[in-house]
Amino acid sequence: MMDVDQAASAGRLQERFPRFVPVDRAWASNSLDPRVYQILFLGALLLIGAVLCDFSLKLEQVALTFAAGLAMQFACVRALKLKSVGVLSAVITCLGLSILLRADSAWAHPLAACIAIGAKFVVRVNGKHLFNPANLGVVTGLVLLPGAWVSSGQWGSDLAYAAWFVALGSIVTNRARRMDISWFFLACYLGLITCRVVYLEQGLAVFLHQLQNGALLLFAFFMISDPMTIPNRRRVRFAYAAIVAVIAFIWQFYLFKPNGLIWALFTASPLVPLFDWVMPGVRFQWTRGAAPPPARKGIPAR
Amino acid sequence: MFGLRTMLLATTGAVCLGATAPALAFCGFFVGQADASLFNDASKVVMVRDGDRTTINMLNDYKGDLKAFALVVPVPEVLQKDQVKTPHRALFDRIDAYSAPRLAEYYDRNPCARQYPQARARVMAKPAAKMKPGSREADLGVTIEAQYTVGPYDIVILSAEQSDGLETWLLQNGYRIPKGASRALAPYIKQDMKFFVARINLEEQEKTGSEFLAPLQFSFHSPRFMLPIRLGMINARGPQDLVLWVLTRNGRVETTNYRTVKLPANMDIPTYIKSDQKQDFRHFYRALFDEQAKRQQYRVVFTEYFWDMAWCDPCAASPLSAQELRNLGVDWVTSARRSRFNSTAQPVRVTRLHVRYTPETFPEDLMLQETADRQNYQTRYVLRHAAKVVPDACPAAGDYLKKVLDRNEKEAQTLASLTGWDVNEIRAKMNLVPPPDSWRDLRRHFRGHP
Repeated sequence: MMDVDQAASAGRLQERFPRFVPVDRAWASNSLDPRVYQILFLGALLLIGAVLCDFSLKLEQVALTFAAGLAMQFACVRALKLKSVGVLSAVITCLGLSILLRADSAWAHPLAACIAIGAKFVVRVNGKHLFNPANLGVVTGLVLLPGAWVSSGQWGSDLAYAAWFVALGSIVTNRARRMDISWFFLACYLGLITCRVVYLEQGLAVFLHQLQNGALLLFAFFMISDPMTIPNRRRVRFAYAAIVAVIAFIWQFYLFKPNGLIWALFTASPLVPLFDWVMPGVRFQWTRGAAPPPARKGIPAR
Repeated sequence: MFGLRTMLLATTGAVCLGATAPALAFCGFFVGQADASLFNDASKVVMVRDGDRTTINMLNDYKGDLKAFALVVPVPEVLQKDQVKTPHRALFDRIDAYSAPRLAEYYDRNPCARQYPQARARVMAKPAAKMKPGSREADLGVTIEAQYTVGPYDIVILSAEQSDGLETWLLQNGYRIPKGASRALAPYIKQDMKFFVARINLEEQEKTGSEFLAPLQFSFHSPRFMLPIRLGMINARGPQDLVLWVLTRNGRVETTNYRTVKLPANMDIPTYIKSDQKQDFRHFYRALFDEQAKRQQYRVVFTEYFWDMAWCDPCAASPLSAQELRNLGVDWVTSARRSRFNSTAQPVRVTRLHVRYTPETFPEDLMLQETADRQNYQTRYVLRHAAKVVPDACPAAGDYLKKVLDRNEKEAQTLASLTGWDVNEIRAKMNLVPPPDSWRDLRRHFRGHP
């Protein structure tokens, strides 16, 4: 609560600077774009990873990713004559690619960024882009670009990192009002892991080792939770999360192939327009001003 | 190559393992009869992976009673006799020497000389490694799937329905199972894996005339790219070492369920490391690995080497020949290899991984993946010898000597940081005066000390 003096000073400030919005009011009215927080958190993760976890990532790779990604975003916006530039989404994609993709050359990252962001404007169904851009960029890197790979073990399983991911991720997804899918996905995937550990009589240590995997938490809170590439209706989102969890589990533990989470999301993405068509819901908008009014404040659109 | 001359010192074994406590490290476990003393300081495994095909070569350095020796390894399918071989022991020494951490040596040019001679480089292979190393079946639910003798080994391939039954079968057949074996065996049985059980045929072993056990090699097709290490931890005492070489066609190999990091390398270290009695290169590398493993809390897999097998720079030992590679199971190498620098002829890339693990820090087997990474990496350390010059020999000499002093101080600090050794002891060996501590001087100033 602001006291009288504070309110008066905020009022005066607003008179002088019409665009000024006090931070706490901005937070309360939810007008700050949740992607800003996401960028801050992903940036912190990238920094922690590069400094403490010895990610084999070079500074020029990050710089080129951003240069190419943002250039692509501007070029597409200009070519399609769109009003909103959408820099934030492009920055998130570039951060995601820097965190996940590894390459032994300088050109793989920028190329993956261009393809990921280009596809956002080209591969669209019913007004929504089909693939999560970072996910598509990583898959492109794995399949098409020589000398690119994903180090799924790069996070180690330090409990502290795991706690970081959950804490940061919760806030971001909470502000983006699509937190339900993260938790439901984690419940499904860890449920399957639990069944496997119990069946194989492997013991608690193995379960905890799986649970503390940074890549899993990063995926749950920063990738599958992207509200633009998941079904609009809540119950359908749950079904979608369950499908992704099952595909990832089979990929990893029955086909014995790496990067199960990335591939699961990629292969399940075409289901999203199908789900939206069969069971439509209110489409998510990043900024409230541009959004159609949700049914009730604080309750995710159904 | 860098310079004029290359000198190679003989290498033996792998590194730093002799110092660790004897432990039962291996992909499977050794079992022995009562009171047999079992030693296996470090496990050495050469793995070859091409598509779905895997070949595993294992070297034992078992030193106990041969009658008591036995080895149990989980495998994904029933292995027939032609899938099991006993390659020559020397292959392990060859691949170890080729991929060993190395010391390179350079000489500064004389700053006063008008025509600068080329820097001379000498390369010493790390004294790499003295890595010491080395019925009622149906009732029990155990099936003998195959049984044969290969070299000095009597081998049975077992499948089991219950871990208790398998444990009982092994006990009844004269194997002493480490405590907790049943629990460790259960996950493999549930995954429908078979058990490769080998023990020594004393007559055949005598025929070989060797006191050492031959390595074992087996090949199979399986989508799983993994190395079972959990069985070897059943009665582990303290951290255990594993050196794993993986030969692939395309790229570097890393673990997907643990962090894989490169050891700090390619740094300048003091020149006394070349010949010091207590801190020579062997001691240095051992201390470095101890320190780095401890710093990472025994939670990571270290990469020690990744290179295209067609060449090396500098070479600790020459690359393996086509025949040697084929003997290790690299079946895509077909003809004699061409010149040393012709790397495109038959791609074989070797990744050398070194793990020091404990049962708590490595709760799962090593899951591996071949990445697309082709950037060569080696654990190389550099000695830079200063030119012999007096301060007033020429105008450039003073500056040069000051730079050498700064460089030496940096080398001392690098060495201390890498190995955990006392930096003052290192400085004493290098005849270095500790640099002024400005904070200490400031404190003294305010306290009124001179």
